[in-house]
Amino acid sequence: MLDVRGATKRFGGLVAVSEVDLHVDQGEIVSLIGPNGAGKTTLFAMIAGFLKSDGGEVKLNGTSILGMKPHMICQMGMVRTFQITQPFAGLTTRQNIMVGAYSKTSSQPDAERKAEEVAEIVGMTALLDRNADNLTVAGRKRLELARALATGPSLLLLDEVMAGLNPTEIDEIVAVIKSIRDTGVTIFLIEHVMKAVMNLSDRTYVLNDGKLIAAGTPASVAADPQVIEAYLGHGAAETMAGGAT
Amino acid sequence: MTTRNSTLLFCAIGFALLAFAPLGISSKFYLDILTLIFFTAYIGQSWNILGGYAGQFSFGGVMFFGTGAYASSILVNSFGVPAIIGVVVAILAGAVLALCVGYLSFRSGLRGSYFALITLAFAELLRVVANSLEITGGGVGLFLTYAPGLQNLQFKTPVGFYYFALILMAISIAIAIWLENSRFGAQLVAIRENEDAAEALGINTLRRKCQAIMIMGAMGGAAGTFYSQKYLYLDPPIAYSVHLSVEMLLVTIVGGMGTVFGPLIGSLVLHTVNEVTRNFIDTPGLSLIVYGIILIIIISYLPNGLIGLFKGRGSKKADAAQGDGDA
Repeated sequence: MLDVRGATKRFGGLVAVSEVDLHVDQGEIVSLIGPNGAGKTTLFAMIAGFLKSDGGEVKLNGTSILGMKPHMICQMGMVRTFQITQPFAGLTTRQNIMVGAYSKTSSQPDAERKAEEVAEIVGMTALLDRNADNLTVAGRKRLELARALATGPSLLLLDEVMAGLNPTEIDEIVAVIKSIRDTGVTIFLIEHVMKAVMNLSDRTYVLNDGKLIAAGTPASVAADPQVIEAYLGHGAAETMAGGAT
Repeated sequence: MTTRNSTLLFCAIGFALLAFAPLGISSKFYLDILTLIFFTAYIGQSWNILGGYAGQFSFGGVMFFGTGAYASSILVNSFGVPAIIGVVVAILAGAVLALCVGYLSFRSGLRGSYFALITLAFAELLRVVANSLEITGGGVGLFLTYAPGLQNLQFKTPVGFYYFALILMAISIAIAIWLENSRFGAQLVAIRENEDAAEALGINTLRRKCQAIMIMGAMGGAAGTFYSQKYLYLDPPIAYSVHLSVEMLLVTIVGGMGTVFGPLIGSLVLHTVNEVTRNFIDTPGLSLIVYGIILIIIISYLPNGLIGLFKGRGSKKADAAQGDGDA
């Protein structure tokens, strides 16, 4: 479904993302993890059309989407959320979600119906008439998800929708993401909450210093010495292995 | 839905009353003031569409007015075209100019004060151009002939212009009501609130902003014809006056940006205050000072405009409660 080859992004002398190859198949939940500053959000921004790529190829369902504007990519069925939530602050939850729904319909009643439907899925029904700037962090994260979902995507890019949430809220949103996948939406997510990553993903990619250092099932990736070193520092893998024996 | 129906009912009653008002008001003075109030409300609404709904503040809105005024006046004067056709050309001229200005500035990502300044620059540029061309009459200006008749959009009595302005304002309010209840309006508001998020959610922000400024331009063009046919004279300082650019944003900000009735309320209050201070204060200049003080009070204490007094009480309370919680 999504095919990324040799994606590269430079900010001056800094190579933020270097020669990344990855793919996401229909119906999967794929996660992208890595230490802070690894280039995860940059990679997302490139895929979704927010940043110009310095090389490589990004294909969605076989069509090259490199150089397309974000709104065109959204119309093709791939939509992203923002790590730092970007609500339409002056509007209610309902109006926020309706903006997403309007990408597929021009009718107000239809958009309203879609907004209510999506609010039900993400558990925001009670908050529909609340102003977006009065929502809690968890509420805003859900709103990001809801707006994106309302565009009727086939592929959702979720950028740390669990950051800043408490364990109960994380459990809730994990269940929501699973239920979204069950409706046939493919999900590609950036996440730091390892419990959720292990729990949700079919496959995981690990990015460090802009390079892909591991890929595979969450369990195999978590056991990968290179990944352990990326997170815990040089020599950590040996120490852990030594400690185990 | 119910709010829209009550708005429509309110408008219908309001316009019916205003339509019969000339039967009761015989004074030319009051009819003229009402005409002016409607006209300013109309031009304010044109600013409101781009500034209030789409959040793109322009400081040179007068350029569409001036260009429309010149377009129809030149057609009338040099080509003998009746003004009723001239106004169509004026509307088109305003919209085309708006598309050029909008596309050039929005494509380069100009926002906020930069966009405001570039529109001011375009308006000033056009003023200088109008001053030096022969077809615009240069600094001498254009004189239009007095030939009352509907096809010339000129009227023997102030009542004619009263209805002309009333119709313009009714159209502008209809546009605002449509915005409040359509996808286009919702997308403009989304752009105002957060442009990146709007783009991510599939909104072609460049196109939408260009469409919004084109509506503003088209409305400004018609306003230009109204003015030139009413006053029968046009020169560059009138056509591209900074004063009108300021007035259209002032009435909207005072009344309430991004609302259907904001420009009308702002226009009504500011013109009334202006007339009252002018008529009851004899000391020269003092009326302007009083006018200024009233303006300062409104802007500092009513950030949502006068319309904030009437609506949104509930949400204000909720916000206050939220504020207490934070403290």
